[in-house]
Amino acid sequence: MSGPAHPAEPGGGDRGGILDREGALAKLLIAPAVIYIAAMIGAPFVLAILYSLSDATTGDPGLRLVGVQNFQAALSDPVFRLALRNTFVFTLVSQSIVIVLSRVLANALLKPFRGKWLVRFLIMLPWTAPISLGTIGWLWMFDSIFSPIDWVLRYLGMLGTASALFGANTNMYWLGVPGLAMASVILVNVWRILPLATVIQLGGLSSIPKDLIEAAEVDGATPWRRTLMITIPLTLPIVSIAFLFGVVFTFTDLVVVYVLTRGGPVHMTQVLSSWTFFKGIEAGDLAQGAAISLFMFPVLAVAAIFILRMARRTEVV
Amino acid sequence: MGRVEIRSVSKLFGEVRAVDHVDLATDEGEFLVLLGPSGCGKTTLLRMIAGIETPTSGDLVIDGRVVTDMPPRMRNIAMVFQSYALYPHMTVYKNIAFPLRARGIDEGTVRKKVEWAAGMFKIGRLLDRKPRELSGGERQRVALARAMVREPSVFLLDEPLSNLDALLRTSAREELRQFQRRVGVTTIYVTHDQVEAMGLGDRIAVMSQGKVRQIGTPLDIYQWPADTFVATFVGSPPMNLIEQEDVLLGFRPETFRPSDAVEGSEGMVTFPFEVTYLEYLGAERLVYGNVGEKSHARHIVSRLPGSLTLPLESGKTYPFAVARRDLRRFHRKSGLAFSGETA
Repeated sequence: MSGPAHPAEPGGGDRGGILDREGALAKLLIAPAVIYIAAMIGAPFVLAILYSLSDATTGDPGLRLVGVQNFQAALSDPVFRLALRNTFVFTLVSQSIVIVLSRVLANALLKPFRGKWLVRFLIMLPWTAPISLGTIGWLWMFDSIFSPIDWVLRYLGMLGTASALFGANTNMYWLGVPGLAMASVILVNVWRILPLATVIQLGGLSSIPKDLIEAAEVDGATPWRRTLMITIPLTLPIVSIAFLFGVVFTFTDLVVVYVLTRGGPVHMTQVLSSWTFFKGIEAGDLAQGAAISLFMFPVLAVAAIFILRMARRTEVV
Repeated sequence: MGRVEIRSVSKLFGEVRAVDHVDLATDEGEFLVLLGPSGCGKTTLLRMIAGIETPTSGDLVIDGRVVTDMPPRMRNIAMVFQSYALYPHMTVYKNIAFPLRARGIDEGTVRKKVEWAAGMFKIGRLLDRKPRELSGGERQRVALARAMVREPSVFLLDEPLSNLDALLRTSAREELRQFQRRVGVTTIYVTHDQVEAMGLGDRIAVMSQGKVRQIGTPLDIYQWPADTFVATFVGSPPMNLIEQEDVLLGFRPETFRPSDAVEGSEGMVTFPFEVTYLEYLGAERLVYGNVGEKSHARHIVSRLPGSLTLPLESGKTYPFAVARRDLRRFHRKSGLAFSGETA
């Protein structure tokens, strides 16, 4: 027999290696992801539930179950209730600002202009820098004595004189006054999440076919009507995803609060994640820390469900 | 109502002249086709009429009103896009109602007009569906209904049939033509498909490299091409061109027949035709070859009806003839037809 060699015929003796057996190959390829999720997410989650039902401390991490008394203790603690409220304020206010600003930025970045790449680069920068380093930079910006923001305000005559807009003090004490401290924490978080949200929004906006906008234009829609009837509905699924991602990031974030205020002044910027850390690690009460952290779970679970739903909707449209 | 005038309009994209000093005017109720290869500027010209692009120079006049700097919504034109551009998040009803609602028309009138337009295109039963639940043909009808619903003075169509399969395209073409006749709205239709252009147009404007090469009835364009571009772009297979001194001699493949099959030789010009290969296509037979003289393209083609069973073999030379009245002459340098030879 001459001529080209035949490929192995189906049902012939040659079964092929693992690469030819799709079932086995699929299991092999998905295994790393399953192992990773089980080890890095599943196990700690189960551990957190067990700890929350025990009286474990960092000095004595043995598991003696005590029922739900850790949850009862958390709920009766006024600091916990304040942290819970602060977490929602911190998350919802900062994410609402992020959604509006990221839409504005994304719209601007869609238009061609000189130096666009530089602007894009600068906007992406906060996302690429380590959070803790960026936040330490902000810590200096908000310094109680040497704050450059205060310096600018003084220079503009808005601070430090009797008739000044922000009062006669020489400094604002950004991180020392309750309302300002929360505003500062929110500002830094907005600064940090904005790049991601902008990129997601940019993706959403540029995925709208140009034809649709032009068709609406020819159909007689004013720019305002085009935004309201075409752009916003079409980007809604992806904007929701940006929003929910931001919510998850912010809800679980420890770094911004920890670096800037440590939850202060007097717990006014305390959030669930920071309070978990202070209680569970610094104060050593593992069981209490675990219980507090588990209060985040329902919110995150709901956010996750919505993200998955939205993701499916964007696939369909 | 519905007269479009294009006055010396040009459009530059950077250094590229997409549209180059085009002058064109439609008659009222006319079906004008802009025909040309891709990149010839026909779509850009249509988009300028719609107001989506602004001309670099020149003026656009619709019904005696200069609209060059007006936004699309003030021009009372409607456009069907190649992609149909249906709003994916709206039902068919809302899609068709969109241009009416954008004009602030009351809901009662909107409902009546949407139902009228849907009835006209036989899509009444689809009104509650989303575009993704429709077939290609249904989408095209929705796009047409959306364009027609507000009774525009000019109707612009950008290759609206190119996304349909071949069978549907033929019937959609026929429907479109009948519909346009019935409504009588001035229509400008862009296509690269010469069959569509010939079948649909009252007149055809053939474009190439941003310029209008010829404007005329399908018959004029086919029989009396203004230059060698039109001669070779329109017609499939294209017009044969052979060089004779300073002249290019052109003739359509179907006018080039074996001398044996032609009765009498009066008024006939005969060439020795060396056959290189043959294609049998059922209804017709295409015979490729050369005539000794330098041919402009690679081959000379003869198109014979399938009923003509005269035996022909490749490699052999046969006497072929073309009637003198079917010969067209073009300047060799400029490619333009000799004056007095276009209709």
